Amino acid sequence: MVASRRDRASSKDSEPAVDAHRFEPADLEHYYRSMLLIRRFEERAGQLYGMGLIGGFCHLYIGQEAVVVGLQALAREGDSIITSYRDHGHMLATGMDPKGVMAELTGRIGGYSKGKGGSMHMFSREKRFFGGHGIVGAAVPLGTGLAFAHQYNEDGGICFCYFGDGATNQGQVYESFNMAALWKLPVVYVIENNRYGMGTSVERAAAAGDLSQRGAAYGIPGKGVNGMNVLEVIEGAAEAVDHVRGGNGPYLLDVKTYRYRGHSMSDPAKYRSKDEVSKMRSESDPIDQLKKRLLEDGVFDEAHLKDIDKQVKEIVGEAAEFAQNSPEPDPAELWTDILVDA
Amino acid sequence: MPTQILMPALSPTMEEGTLARWLKAEGDTIEAGDVIAEIETDKATMEFEAVDEGVLGKILVPGGTDGVKVNQPIGILLAEGEDESALEDAVKAAESKSGPKSEPASAPAEAEPPSSPKPEAAPAPAQEESDEDPEPTYDSFKRQSVREALRDAMAEEMRRDPDVFVMGEEVAQYEGAYKITQGLLAEFGDKRVVDTPITEMGFAGLGVGAAFAQLKPIVEFMTFNFSMQAIDQIINSAAKTLYMAGGKMGCPIVFRGPNGAAARVAAQHSQCYASWYAHVPGLKVIAPWSAADAKGLLKAAIRDPNPVVFLENEILYGQTFDVPDVEDFVLPIGKAKVERRGTDVTLVAFSRMVGHCMEAAETLAGEGISAEVINLRTLRPLDTATILRSVRKTNRVVTVEEGWPFAGIGAEIGQLCMEQAFDWLDAPVTRVAGADVPMPYAANLEKLALPQPAQVVEAARAVCYASSQG
Repeated sequence: MVASRRDRASSKDSEPAVDAHRFEPADLEHYYRSMLLIRRFEERAGQLYGMGLIGGFCHLYIGQEAVVVGLQALAREGDSIITSYRDHGHMLATGMDPKGVMAELTGRIGGYSKGKGGSMHMFSREKRFFGGHGIVGAAVPLGTGLAFAHQYNEDGGICFCYFGDGATNQGQVYESFNMAALWKLPVVYVIENNRYGMGTSVERAAAAGDLSQRGAAYGIPGKGVNGMNVLEVIEGAAEAVDHVRGGNGPYLLDVKTYRYRGHSMSDPAKYRSKDEVSKMRSESDPIDQLKKRLLEDGVFDEAHLKDIDKQVKEIVGEAAEFAQNSPEPDPAELWTDILVDA
Repeated sequence: MPTQILMPALSPTMEEGTLARWLKAEGDTIEAGDVIAEIETDKATMEFEAVDEGVLGKILVPGGTDGVKVNQPIGILLAEGEDESALEDAVKAAESKSGPKSEPASAPAEAEPPSSPKPEAAPAPAQEESDEDPEPTYDSFKRQSVREALRDAMAEEMRRDPDVFVMGEEVAQYEGAYKITQGLLAEFGDKRVVDTPITEMGFAGLGVGAAFAQLKPIVEFMTFNFSMQAIDQIINSAAKTLYMAGGKMGCPIVFRGPNGAAARVAAQHSQCYASWYAHVPGLKVIAPWSAADAKGLLKAAIRDPNPVVFLENEILYGQTFDVPDVEDFVLPIGKAKVERRGTDVTLVAFSRMVGHCMEAAETLAGEGISAEVINLRTLRPLDTATILRSVRKTNRVVTVEEGWPFAGIGAEIGQLCMEQAFDWLDAPVTRVAGADVPMPYAANLEKLALPQPAQVVEAARAVCYASSQG
């Protein structure tokens, strides 16, 4: 599902601080609900992992929810989206079915990839979600290719191409930047900067700190955005999306966010202090921030938000139920989907 | 109903761990996301967060306990309003299922390990037909170079399908480093004939992304040596995605360009990638020899809904052959061609080495040895039926390839013959391959590193137990 878009014409002369009153209540509710769905879904995924029902690598999106929910608020029908392996949130934000996503995590036939892809590899042509890619940086040329197809087909769509701060040190990212700028491809490059590429902080990995300027050599405009506040993501990214939709070529967003959990389930996260994590959780949580704003501004009352919590919990409960009851793929599936019949 | 808190698995391989300490006491209120305990795995100490909210009613496994099995209940969480009696029942229920045997009721049944596929269980090799299946015959031909045939194939397919485009280094304004894309820019414009920067990984990945969006890119590598820069995109992105997507995300793309040794360009520019790409499920791999092969197979590759690696040869570009002069000449992928019929020995080759085999067969004929020459045309899927049919007739096989012998195409064919034609073999399958060295530059050494027709003749004599002539 594509979030309804509000009129951004008046945002030019506004203060940078985001005022919830400038958003439609229905949109605000959608952002809240989407972020909460991702949070509860990921918590449940973590639990199922703990029970041994999900195996292998499992990278949770907890803490980063505002990034994809904010950007999807600016997406239109027909746009494409691609990311790397921390991908559950993106799938839910594009409206993919939580049941199918969770069942893929448990490796069951009801999963989006029939259980053959797992956490990092799911796709939906219908929602124009193109994965789900496991190699750091590899999704960037692929997303650039999706943008190339938008331009080739003159369909008016743009590509939202997500990657992490860790990927910004891969060479193929800059090969992509060069071609995208050279050919003015309609792509919004979104760095989900959660400060750590696995266990290595950005400071220890990047020679220059400001990742938004990584496209400067190619003439790609860039800016930093607070990724812990969904309304600020929307406000901050609007300019980028307008630039790209206007046929001016790519734009680079350095969206500063934070993951509460380890890189994957087996990461004890020794490279950062507990205080750092708890400070982010208590002061900058994207869901708490929006909730507080909605209550303080009187957009919704506590009861209404509780109702949403309850609905989300039910959706996640049903997804977990489905993911445990869906059968494993038939052994014959081992030999299918290797090639398309010519 | 009270919820059991189960010992979590905190790494892909964890089966048990130490419950180092509880961070919550019985009676404490717990919010989803609270860290309730610390668990030591074999690798690290991890925090264990609550998923459900409630009150910690009972700790079943105290802090400091070693060897706690994954999924063993370690505590009981009471929901709002639940009391002592609910707790007692829950404790009993938990104790009855604790211990190493405990498994969540809904855990997946232990999957039977897939029985290792027997050759016939694997994607079925083309069934041997009762008789040979010769290509249709054609009435008229035109003389064409391999270069012209490739160009015509692309032009015809681009006329036929607006989603087909070609991209690569020097393909447009320069008209191809080897002039394969000559005239395409003039006919199709720069939207569909795209000059790229020198950026193999980037444009290979870009092409794959465009193919996910259902365009049909032809990605030209100036030579396949440079495809090593892009091999992650070819294998991890193009070849594997269909499988990883449960069949939902196909990738109709052709990667093409000259493969193998040209002449005097030394080690980094003279390598055969046939066995590299033929190793990979999810790819089709084609290596044409003649201009007819080039035309018919490139057209088929462009139409194929799968990623195809199309290995050309620079030395063949200028060679001319008869190409059937028909409206729409397309050859089937996965079908070899018997280029010359014979009865005493089968010579199996692809690309330029087919020419060497034809030359060798001529020499052998003069010595009374009748050689059959198989032009593989496609390496994956391999036309095993044609090879086996020939082997069962001649009982002797020599494989010829430019690439290194170790784990090469010849090794694969040798294994095929052993598995499926063992009783028909009258001599060991013999390989003629490139020397197992990086390609030298010096003219004499380069010649020594590459298979020569004389070596093919010698190998054929050896498997026929015929003495060397002269």
